Amino acid sequence: MSTVTTPHSGTPIESRKLVEMNWDPITRIVGSLGIFTKIDFENRQVAECHSTSSIFRGYSVFMKGKDPRDAHFITSRICGICGDNHATCAMYAQNMAFGVQPPALGEWITNLGEAAEYMFDHNIFQDNLVGVDFCEQMVKETNPKVLAKAETTLSPHSNLHGFRTIADIMRALNPFTGSFYKEALQMSRMTREMFCLMEGRHVHPSTLYPGGVGTVPTVQLFTDYLVRLMKYVEFMKKVVPLHDDLFDFFYDALPGYEEVGRRRILLGCWGSFNDPAHCDYKYKHMTDWGRKMFVTPGVVVDGELVTTDLVDINLNIRILLGSSYYDDWIDSPTFVKYDPLGNPVDQRHPWNQTTIPRPQKRDFEDKYTWVMSPRWYDKRTGDHLALDTGGGPIARFWATALAGRVDIGYIKATGRSVKIYLPKTTSLPEVEFEWKIPKWSNAIERDRARTYFQAYAAAAALHFVDQALKELHAGRTATWSDFKVPEEAIGCGFHEAVRGVLSHHVVIREGKIANYHPYPPTPWNANPRDSYGTPGPYEDAVQNTPIFEENGPDKFKGIDIMRTVRSFDPCLPCGVHMYLGNGKTLETHHSPMFGAAHSGEEHAG
Amino acid sequence: MPDSVPYGRSTQHPSPIPEVHILWMTSGLGCDGDSVSITAATQPSIEDVLLGAIPGLPKVHLHNPVLAYETGDDFLKFWHMASKGQLEPFVLVVEGSIPNEKIKKEGYWAAMGTDAATGQPITTNEWLDRLSSKALAIVCAGTCATYGGIHAMSGNPTGCMGVADYLGHRWLSKAGIPIVNVPGCPVQPDNFMETLLYLLYQVAGLAPMIPLDDIGRPKWLFGRTVHEGCDRAGYYEQGDFATEYGAPQCIVKLGCWGPVVQCNVPKRGWMAGIGGCPNVGGICIGCTMPGFPDKFMPFMDEPPGARVSSNMSGAYGRVMRGLRSITKNTLNKEPKWRHPRPQLTTGYHPKSY
Repeated sequence: MSTVTTPHSGTPIESRKLVEMNWDPITRIVGSLGIFTKIDFENRQVAECHSTSSIFRGYSVFMKGKDPRDAHFITSRICGICGDNHATCAMYAQNMAFGVQPPALGEWITNLGEAAEYMFDHNIFQDNLVGVDFCEQMVKETNPKVLAKAETTLSPHSNLHGFRTIADIMRALNPFTGSFYKEALQMSRMTREMFCLMEGRHVHPSTLYPGGVGTVPTVQLFTDYLVRLMKYVEFMKKVVPLHDDLFDFFYDALPGYEEVGRRRILLGCWGSFNDPAHCDYKYKHMTDWGRKMFVTPGVVVDGELVTTDLVDINLNIRILLGSSYYDDWIDSPTFVKYDPLGNPVDQRHPWNQTTIPRPQKRDFEDKYTWVMSPRWYDKRTGDHLALDTGGGPIARFWATALAGRVDIGYIKATGRSVKIYLPKTTSLPEVEFEWKIPKWSNAIERDRARTYFQAYAAAAALHFVDQALKELHAGRTATWSDFKVPEEAIGCGFHEAVRGVLSHHVVIREGKIANYHPYPPTPWNANPRDSYGTPGPYEDAVQNTPIFEENGPDKFKGIDIMRTVRSFDPCLPCGVHMYLGNGKTLETHHSPMFGAAHSGEEHAG
Repeated sequence: MPDSVPYGRSTQHPSPIPEVHILWMTSGLGCDGDSVSITAATQPSIEDVLLGAIPGLPKVHLHNPVLAYETGDDFLKFWHMASKGQLEPFVLVVEGSIPNEKIKKEGYWAAMGTDAATGQPITTNEWLDRLSSKALAIVCAGTCATYGGIHAMSGNPTGCMGVADYLGHRWLSKAGIPIVNVPGCPVQPDNFMETLLYLLYQVAGLAPMIPLDDIGRPKWLFGRTVHEGCDRAGYYEQGDFATEYGAPQCIVKLGCWGPVVQCNVPKRGWMAGIGGCPNVGGICIGCTMPGFPDKFMPFMDEPPGARVSSNMSGAYGRVMRGLRSITKNTLNKEPKWRHPRPQLTTGYHPKSY
């Protein structure tokens, strides 16, 4: 069975006058993405969207036959902004395949590095890339009436962040000249220094290995990290209220803005930050140690937490074709018939995928992208769900909040919210932030969650510093455990890349890589219509998005579409292209657009 | 005296070329890691260059897809103008390796933007063909663009290569400048920005021709080995080698290629003097070298020759330098399958194209 997401609009597409509007490339993301749309300007709504990625590199092809110990060095290069997430996830898969568990201190150092990555990456993306869509210059060009209102709207939290009006916040976000833009860029450097302390280099780490890390644990290492972390904690105390003010203003200034980028609540989170007290990297214990992660794995469907079990999550991943430039592998060899617990493994599971590229002309009625269509099989209903990650944070919060498992002092999941505690800093007192489950999975809430997750990552890092120092003070300074590469083995790693779910699946035969498939967040989000006709999340979220931009077709910037796409934090060293056509009016269409079969590898982060 | 000209103004000279555009193409087979990397640079920072913090330079307009304000056609208009010679002068920065589009019947491996006439993507190779003859200089950011890098490893399906493999190793820009290669995976932030700054000085007439070695690297950045700048070299000299990761001694026996890799990262750190590779416990995997990655894999094995050299360290210094220069010559050559001929010779045998 397929899953066709319900369109929000009641107007039948047959009677609409549509204008083709395309953006290719979409900038201010990582990678190459094109977005091709048909817009109904009369009803101020997007009627149809295809997302396409224009780069193929072939990791799963060229990794075959290579040494399995090289996997984390190689796969880091998949993504230029969260390569370390790949290296870490590969390391998790290697640890499982090699049967090795790092010393506790090695795990805390990895967690500190990954926490710094979230702090860095969400910060630069939110305030230097996404933020530009909300800056004064952009709002002036797209919604001058909104800017006029912003000039006279006082910021509710100006006492905390220092910007008197909402328009002052917008001015501070102007690229390269705005004060907050510049401060955020500078902060993104400090958090990368924190990252380099733990993992050596940003963005392709030098000190990660299967079995642990090569970082030398010293008092200096953790001190250098902690003093920077506390500066970031202070920064967060201003940033969270600043974004709340900005995002709340959009709901207020543009009634109905909650519909922009809204889609059914279909969220996946594969969990982040292993707890060395529980994680032994054995598949047969994965259900238990997965639930001890400091961000809880989970699948959320229509607001309900369907599972928190990594084994369940793993077994139900399906990679579908339909609109991608690949040949089917259904008749190719099956590498893994049963998982180590005896559960059958599907031929469309990453362990059994064979990537067979077939470059061809782009045809939006047939094959149009290098991205494949990952789906999660919901055994309750038989649906292949087009889960999205919402750019990462919203899915992480939603799963963690509902699961109610994380409780480390600095962070507490309550069952309906997540509380984040930040201690006193040089000029600001302690604060508690609370992320509450929102009413919608939409552009604004994806963006808001990103800001709150920066605070979450900082709070988690405070816990990890405490734990690392305990090890150091007790004299347990080993950071790496030795291992042997087995002749035959399988492994899987689950992690949260900055922008959402990340899995690596490896099969080892004769001591070499026989099969390797990384699935980062962007294939989940940027994928095309699958073999059942279900559109990918970008396509689905853009389709039916109302248009609030004041410009007509001639000067149309597509800002509401851009905010929708960027809310997912696209990262396509596989991309989405949005291409602004010449405003050509199309024939009235009769094709069944919604759920019609159509719209990549290459999955970066 | 509000109207008087400050005495010191005589020190300031406007650039003879008032404005320069930087077209930064990320649509090679890469990861955008070099664009992300330069946002970490502080010596100089990207804002220093764009906002005029360095005296004597032309006004710089950057067109980079990761940072651009414009999107879609608004962004691409600069690229179309440059193709027609209407955006002069410009420096072309290339990030990512160049695929071989001649090894298949149809379709594309890498593209940016859509051709309005055909509705098909405009390939990265097409952009390079259009822009290379118009550019004042071409700068390759990172090991993919310089020499092919990770995506050009054996068994790859795209036949990709470095920019010089594609354009020719003797290629010169219309201003007579060879391809400038700043390797690194990714490029070290300040290494790249410093090179770009040098070229801007050159454009402004404030510096002579950029000094490059025979494979296009700025000599002042890549003339020394990792080992020569590594603060663990003292352990090497004393024959004190780590046997497990996480120990502070020399890690050459754990897979570090530092003695024969040309790179300044241990000396300079990754950013703000922090991080790096062997200096902080990460084996050097040769990521700045033309032979990367194939000639360094498997990365975690002790490099052949390392044991000999580590056993001999000290006493036979001159002999060692000789032996290492032979190894360096090998590592400074790309594998033979990186070429623009219409055949795929990487070892992958496609049936589907």
